[in-house]
Amino acid sequence: MAISPPENKLWWKEPLSGVEITWVGIAFLWGLVMFGTMVSWHFVGKQNLSNETYRTTPDAFGEKVEAMVERFQVREEGDTGVPVVHPTPGSDVYMLGRLWEWWPVLELEKGQNYRLHLSSTDWQHGFSLQPQNINIQVHPGYDMVLTITPDKAGEYAVVCNEFCGIGHHTMVGKIHVVDKK
Amino acid sequence: MAVDTQAPSRGFSGASYRTCPETGLKVCSQAEALIKVNAVVAVVFLAVGGFFGLLVALTRWPAVHLLPADWFYLLLTAHGADVLLFWIIFFEVAVLYFASAIILNCRLAAPKWAWLAFVLMVVGAVVANVAVLQGESSVMFTSYVPMQAAPHFYLGLIVFAVGALIAVFVFFGTLVIAKEEGSYEGSVPLVTFGAITAAIIAVFTIASGAIILIPTFLWSVGYISHIDPLMYKVIWWGMGHSSQQINVSAQVAIWYAVAAMLLGAKPLSEKVSRMAFLMYILFLQLASAHHLLVEPGVSSEWKIFNTSYALYLAVLGSMIHGMSIPGAMEAAQRRAGFNNGMFEWLRKAPWGNPAFSGVALSIVIFGFLGGITGVIMGTEQLNLIMHNTLYVPGHFHATVVGGTTLAFMAITYLVVPLIFRKEIMFKKIAQWQPYVFGAGISGVSLFMMGAGTLGVSRRHWDIGFSDAAMSFDYPATAFLMMGLNGISAILASLGGLMFVLVVVCSVFFGKARTPESIAASPTLPSTGTAETVTTYGSEKHPKLPGTVVLVTVFFVAFVLYYYVNWKYLSEVWPLS
Amino acid sequence: MSEQGTGSGGAPEERVPAMQRLLDNPFLLLFMGVASPAALYLLWGVMELSQIPIAQ
Ligand code: HEM
Ligand SMILES: [Cu+2]
Ligand SMILES: [Cu+2]
Repeated sequence: MAISPPENKLWWKEPLSGVEITWVGIAFLWGLVMFGTMVSWHFVGKQNLSNETYRTTPDAFGEKVEAMVERFQVREEGDTGVPVVHPTPGSDVYMLGRLWEWWPVLELEKGQNYRLHLSSTDWQHGFSLQPQNINIQVHPGYDMVLTITPDKAGEYAVVCNEFCGIGHHTMVGKIHVVDKK
Repeated sequence: MAVDTQAPSRGFSGASYRTCPETGLKVCSQAEALIKVNAVVAVVFLAVGGFFGLLVALTRWPAVHLLPADWFYLLLTAHGADVLLFWIIFFEVAVLYFASAIILNCRLAAPKWAWLAFVLMVVGAVVANVAVLQGESSVMFTSYVPMQAAPHFYLGLIVFAVGALIAVFVFFGTLVIAKEEGSYEGSVPLVTFGAITAAIIAVFTIASGAIILIPTFLWSVGYISHIDPLMYKVIWWGMGHSSQQINVSAQVAIWYAVAAMLLGAKPLSEKVSRMAFLMYILFLQLASAHHLLVEPGVSSEWKIFNTSYALYLAVLGSMIHGMSIPGAMEAAQRRAGFNNGMFEWLRKAPWGNPAFSGVALSIVIFGFLGGITGVIMGTEQLNLIMHNTLYVPGHFHATVVGGTTLAFMAITYLVVPLIFRKEIMFKKIAQWQPYVFGAGISGVSLFMMGAGTLGVSRRHWDIGFSDAAMSFDYPATAFLMMGLNGISAILASLGGLMFVLVVVCSVFFGKARTPESIAASPTLPSTGTAETVTTYGSEKHPKLPGTVVLVTVFFVAFVLYYYVNWKYLSEVWPLS
Repeated sequence: MSEQGTGSGGAPEERVPAMQRLLDNPFLLLFMGVASPAALYLLWGVMELSQIPIAQ
C-alpha cells in the first residue's frame, strides 16, 4: 500500500511501465507546446500586455490627467458630470481610478492607436473593459502604459473589478469608440 | 526536538500507544488526540465558513440579493478566511500528524509544542474572525494595501501562521524520530512523501506570509508609513498561492492513501510518483505569479517563467498523478478479478462508500474543472480576459472545494472509525453526501466560470449597477448564470450540512467501535489490503486500457479548451 | 537512512542511487523547495519592482 514503505528498497531501479512513460512524455511535450504558445504570442499575437511602467505619485499623475482634460474636453456625461475627452489619435491618454469613479470618460477613434496610462490615486482598482472583457490591475503609485487599438465602434463600460471599499459596485466609467471623423 | 529521541518508552509527555485492530498500526495517543482536536476545529470552521459562502452566493443571485452591501463584503472576507485558511489548514495539520506519527508507526515529536501550535492557531483564527465581524476589516482575505484592516486582523493571521509553522516543525521532528528509532525500513511510504511535499511548501508559504504580514501589521498600528502595493502583492501571493499548493499536495497524498486503503492500490511506479512530487517541491510555488499576470511593473519574462512553473514542470507532476492514481486503482481492481471489458473495474468500484466516491469525484472535479481552467487562467495573455472576473472563484471552487475539500471529507469517513473509533451514523446520508456536495460545487464552479466569461466581476455586490452614476448592462445570460449559481450553492450547502451532521453526530454521539462491529463491517475491506498486496512495491506493468481512455479524454478536453480561449483572446482589442 | 539499511530482505547490499538518496532526504528537499521559489519568484520579482523608473 502507499501507506507502507516500499518493499523493494531500491525502488529507483525498478523499470517503468510503458503506459506511464508514454503519458509522461506526452505531458512533458504538451507543457513545452503551451510554453511555446505563450512566448510566440508575443511575436505573432496582437494582445500582449506592455512592460512599460513608471513610478509616479497621485499628485503627479493627477496633474497629467487634468492637463489632458483641459486640452481635449468636448462635453460632460453622467449624473456626476464627468468630463468627456476626445484626444488626438496617437497621443497619450489617461484614465484615473479613484473612490469610486473612473475619470475622465474617453472618446477614441476606431482603428487608431493610443498610449493609455492607468493609475490610481487611492486604493487598488480593477480596469475591466466591458463587454470586451479586458481586465487590468491598477495600482496607486504606478503608471502603467499600454498601447490600445480599439477596433470596433461602440460604447464600452469600465467596471471596477478589484474590491475597493463599500462603493466598489458603483464604480463604472466609460470609453466611447467612434468612427473616424 | 531531538533531545528525547532515544527513549520512546520513557513516557515523554505520556507517549503511550495502542495497536489499531484494523490496520495493525501502532497509534501514538498524543498524535491521535491532536489529530482529533485539529480535525474537529477544522470542521467547525468549515461549517461556519460554508454558511457564510451560502449567504454570499444568495446575495449574488440578483433575484434574491440577500445581504446589504456592507454585510456582503464583510461576510465575503470571513468566508475566504474561514474556509480557505482555517478549515483547510487545521485539517492539513491533522493530515501531517497522521502521515508522520501514525503511518510511520512512531510517537509524535514534542507533543507539547504541537499543543501550543494548536492553541496559537485557534487563538489566531478566533481573533481574525472577531476583527472581521467587528466590521472594520472588510478587506477580503487578501487584504491588499493600501486598504487597511484593524491591527488585530493582521495579528490574528500572524499568530495563526506561527502556530501552523510550529505544527510543520513537529511533523519534521517526527520524521527524524521515526528514522532514528527505526520505526520503518527503507524509504518513507508514498503518502508520507506527499505529506513531506506539503510541509515543505508550507514552510515557504509561512515564511512569505511573515515577510509581508508583519510589516503590514506594523503599518496598521502606525510604525511604518508606507507599504508598496506591488511589493505587497508579490510577497503576499508567495503565501496565498503557495498555500493552495499545500492543498494540492495534501490532497494528492490522500488520493493515494484512500486508493491504497480501500482498493489495495499500489502506485504504478514509486519512482515516477515521487518524481512528480519533486516537481511540486521545486516548481509548484512559482505559480504564485498567476495572480500578477496583469499587474504593472513585473516583466513578461518573469511572468512567463513563473506562471508556467518553469516550463510547466509542475503541471507535468499533476498530470502524472492524474494518470497514476486511476491507473493504480484499475490495476488493483483487475487483480481483484474485475477484469471484464474496459470499465468493469470502475463500475464495480465501491461507489457506495463515501470515502471512495469522495476521492473519485475529487479527482474528476479537480482535474477536469479545476486543473484545466487553472492552467488556462495562468497563461500570461489569457489572464487578460479573466483576471478578477467570476471565472477566478469559479476555477478555485473546483480546485479547493471540489478537489481538496471533497478529498478531506472523503478521508474523514475513514478517520472517524479508525481514529475516533466511532461508527459512522446515518449511513445513507453519508453515502449520498459526496454526490450532493460534488454536484453542487461543480455547479457553483461552472456557473461562476460562465458568468466570468461574460465579464461579471468577482467580489461585487450589484451587477445591475443600480447606484452607479453611469450604467452598464451585462448580458441577460449573466444574470441567469448567477441564479443557477445560487441554486447550486444551496445544493452544495446541503451537501456540506450532511457532512457536518454525519461527522459531528458520529464523533460525539456515535457508538464506539467494538471488535464485533469491526469484524462485521471492517473499515478497510480485506480484498485489497491483506492478501493481494503481500509484497508492496510498484505494480508490475499491468494493462490499463480504461485509464488510457480516461486520460485521453482528459487530454483532448484540455487541448481543445486551451485553444478555444486563445480564439477568444484574439478577438479583443489589440493591445501592446 | 537507506545507506544504513541492513537489507533484511537478504538482497545484496547495493549502493542506493543518488536520486533516491535525494528523495529520501526531507531536509535537503526542504532546502531546495524553499530556495527555488525564493530565488526565482521572490528575489527576481522584487528586483524587477525595485528597478521601475520614475515617470517624468
Ligand atoms: C457551500 C459551499 C460554498 C459556497 C456556496 C461558496 C460560494 C462562494 C461564492 C458565491 C463566493 C463569492 C464570489 C465573489 O463574489 O467574488 C465565494 C468566494 C470564495 N470562496 Fe466559496 N463557497 C463555498 C465553499 C468554499 C470552500 C469550502 C472554500 C475553501 C476551501 C471556499 C473558498 C472561497 C474563497 C477563497 C473565496 C474568495 C473570497 C474573496 O474573493 O475574497 N469556498 N464562495
Ligand atoms: Cu475601484
Ligand atoms: Cu472596485
